[in-house]
Amino acid sequence: MLTGERRQGLVLISPTLLYSLLLLAAPLVMVVTFSFWTQNYLELDTTLTLDNYREAWSKPIYRTLLLRSLKISLIVTVVTVTLAFPIAYYLSFHVKHRKALWLFLITVPFWTSYLLRVFLWKVILGYNGVLNTALTGMGIIDQPLTFLLYNANAVVLTLAHAWAPFAILPIFVALEKIDRSLLEAAEDLGDGPVRRFFRITLPLAMPGVVASTLIVLIPTIGDFITPKLVGGTDGLMIANMIQIQFGKANNAPLGAALAISSMLIVASISAVIFFAGKRFGGKVK
Amino acid sequence: MATPSPKPIIDLTGITKNFGSFQALKGIDATIYEGEFFSLLGPSGCGKTTLLRMIAGFETPTDGSIVIAGQDMEGVPANRRPTNMVFQSYAIFPHLSVAENVGYGLKTRKMPKAEITREVEQSLKMVDLGGLGDRAAHELSGGQRQRVALARALVMKPKVVLLDEPLSALDKKLRDQMQVELRQLQQKLGITFILVTHDQEEALTMSDRIAVMFEGRIAQLASPEELYRRPVDKRVASFIGVMNFLDAKASGRMNGHLALDIPALGSIELPTAQIPEGMDIQNLDSIGIRPEMLTILFDGSEPTEQVARGQVTGTAYYGDMTYYSVRLPGHTADVTISMRNTAGRSIVPPGSEVPVGWGADSIVLFQ
Amino acid sequence: MNSVRKGLSPKWLVFYAVAYMVFLYAPVILLPMFAFNDATIISFPLTGFTTQWFDVLWKTEALHGAVRNSLVVGVTSAVLSTILGACAARAAARYRFPAKRGIMSFIMLPLVLPEIIVAVALLVLLIQLGMPLSLATVVLGHVLICTPFAIAILNSAFQGLDQSLEEASYDLGESRWGTFRRVVLPLVMPGIVSSLLITFTISLDEFIIAFFLTGTEVTLPVYIWSQLRFPAKLPSVMALGTILLTLSVLLLILAEWFRRRSARKQGIEASATGGFA
Repeated sequence: MLTGERRQGLVLISPTLLYSLLLLAAPLVMVVTFSFWTQNYLELDTTLTLDNYREAWSKPIYRTLLLRSLKISLIVTVVTVTLAFPIAYYLSFHVKHRKALWLFLITVPFWTSYLLRVFLWKVILGYNGVLNTALTGMGIIDQPLTFLLYNANAVVLTLAHAWAPFAILPIFVALEKIDRSLLEAAEDLGDGPVRRFFRITLPLAMPGVVASTLIVLIPTIGDFITPKLVGGTDGLMIANMIQIQFGKANNAPLGAALAISSMLIVASISAVIFFAGKRFGGKVK
Repeated sequence: MATPSPKPIIDLTGITKNFGSFQALKGIDATIYEGEFFSLLGPSGCGKTTLLRMIAGFETPTDGSIVIAGQDMEGVPANRRPTNMVFQSYAIFPHLSVAENVGYGLKTRKMPKAEITREVEQSLKMVDLGGLGDRAAHELSGGQRQRVALARALVMKPKVVLLDEPLSALDKKLRDQMQVELRQLQQKLGITFILVTHDQEEALTMSDRIAVMFEGRIAQLASPEELYRRPVDKRVASFIGVMNFLDAKASGRMNGHLALDIPALGSIELPTAQIPEGMDIQNLDSIGIRPEMLTILFDGSEPTEQVARGQVTGTAYYGDMTYYSVRLPGHTADVTISMRNTAGRSIVPPGSEVPVGWGADSIVLFQ
Repeated sequence: MNSVRKGLSPKWLVFYAVAYMVFLYAPVILLPMFAFNDATIISFPLTGFTTQWFDVLWKTEALHGAVRNSLVVGVTSAVLSTILGACAARAAARYRFPAKRGIMSFIMLPLVLPEIIVAVALLVLLIQLGMPLSLATVVLGHVLICTPFAIAILNSAFQGLDQSLEEASYDLGESRWGTFRRVVLPLVMPGIVSSLLITFTISLDEFIIAFFLTGTEVTLPVYIWSQLRFPAKLPSVMALGTILLTLSVLLLILAEWFRRRSARKQGIEASATGGFA
């Protein structure tokens, strides 16, 4: 039986829940269903089949794209989180006043149009780009560097930039929550700065590190703008193929199967990271 | 002390409250009288706050009835009850000034503006905050917030003021001062106050009557003096003040006296009038005696009715008082004895053998 | 505190922090530089100062349509997602109900779902329902991804609302509606304004969902995407980006100011991370 309070709570949340059910749950179910159908030119064949998955997992091009997406996403995640940690640490432990200002400054670039940000990286990294012009101007190189743009490196760099604030914030929050007297206690018990960092700070910050890892990893797999603008042919990722299947190729069922396959892979990697983080972080919530 | 007037203002009958499988209140019956300062006293989780919130209308009893000023409160929501509450957190509206806080309920009643201003000013004066009406809520100190909360309740001229641990957030000095002020204000206004507290000292100093609650039941409802002198059971006795418990047995009854055998103190005879009503003396297993009812006899002390011998095992110095731990023969635990530190009286060092004086009339019997 | 300072050498950390900020701001700094640069090619060295690219914006009819569309989509999405977010945040802060954690995580799911998945899933559903793609379908998608942000912002506003304040209001004779109007609303108002501003900004910048779900009428980011292919259009795109960035930053400062005011009103120390913590 529902008491008054429980009923009121459910009534109040029902509009939001209903919206999510209709426009999130239903579409997701739809995509899953789609992935078991097939496209015959303009007709949609609704007999259930695993053909799309067979194609997605066996055709070399899809396999290559899936593996490459995964590799790039993992590299992006490691790079982004590794670069973000010292910043979060600096903010939490060394910035005394103006913490909010720093956080604000970190989030400002994130509010520039995403498209333009990616495009501007192209401007920076291009053959006649900012970096090459500057380096030749200073006489450090004679010929413009060509390995900067249109490859996986450019994709990694651009994505690491795009997701920086999302990686910094969770780690910062976790570090802020650490009771500073714990660090003094560790020192009091004979730990040096390095030992203390690895025995106290890092394990206690682990929930934040795991959160930022997942926050970066999951969405980067689904990005198709960055690969398309700065990735060249070597930098294309699975999301580009999904976009093509839903667009020009007009094969939505195959696109759905590709989308679900990549989500399944990401979900299982996320689960592994989550539980590994839990073990390393100990009983910290 | 004001004698409670006989006119009931609140009648609580057979009140129970279940939260799922947990029974927070297990049948509360009590009558609270007009103009009385009534306290609900008990450890946390005893149901006292639930009971208060029920009277205010924030909780509904699972069973039983609440009658306020002759009207059954079943189905009457909190905003239509003749009660007003001072919240533990004070619940001062942070976006309103002091005057707007106090006038909040009057505005709801659609009282004319000029009248509200007058009433608010009067009520603020009553709690010594005259002229502070324009202050913002966040500019107030803890004590001031408490006064605003009180003024906001009093300005509504309720039949009953409900106070939920109103002093618990204040420091000791301020708390002592507010206890006196609250009591004086209540006596001046003659309004019924119901106070919830876990602080026995607070309840004793302020109340006309106290209901001591344990685990959803009223264990004893009596005046502070009665509670202290004649606690009905060991739980009440140890919750209110300090009580020394000693094993005892009734060895017989003769011509209006009860023969009592107390291994730690000796054998005595007690007038049967001292036996609590309804107690079967066969079940009597211990007696209680307050620390101040035991005396360490110094040279030149006034002689007492009874004397036992004990050995001091420890002392704690409190400035005006010294608390002694004393081992009595045949009693494994130590008893606590409190002695006033009068001029020229030195503290007896641990290890000393001392005579301990006591009187039969200060003994409470327990089963 | 000195002992903590020894943890990692602050000097290196400061150096690192500055370098990191340069990395973060590198593309953003370029935006106004090229917007005011007197050359059609986006590359160094800069040739001279001009405002002609801004003038071009005034004369481009298609852009004006896209701006109008984006404003309509942004305002509608902001209002709807803030209402939905307020319901959820209030329910989560005030009530206990069955499967609360599950329901809340489900509603917050778009926050971690790749946008392309959300976009594709909505597209499939809309096609199956036979609904034509339009600005309305973009709004549907934007509300879905904005609501979690609205909840995150409003959560702190509603959670900071001491329940005894509402009880005090009832106790003083006020009705439910009166309590909402006189106590709850004034106290959460700054949070609501801040949520409206943030969700509007998100919708204004969102590309992927708009790209998949828009019909013949395009939003601003979709328009920009179409322009990126034409090198001649790039300088005016830079000018447009500069305007957008300025606008977003202003809105953000405004939102932050409202959020702090809300926290101060309730006597709470404003946390540096806001509702996203």
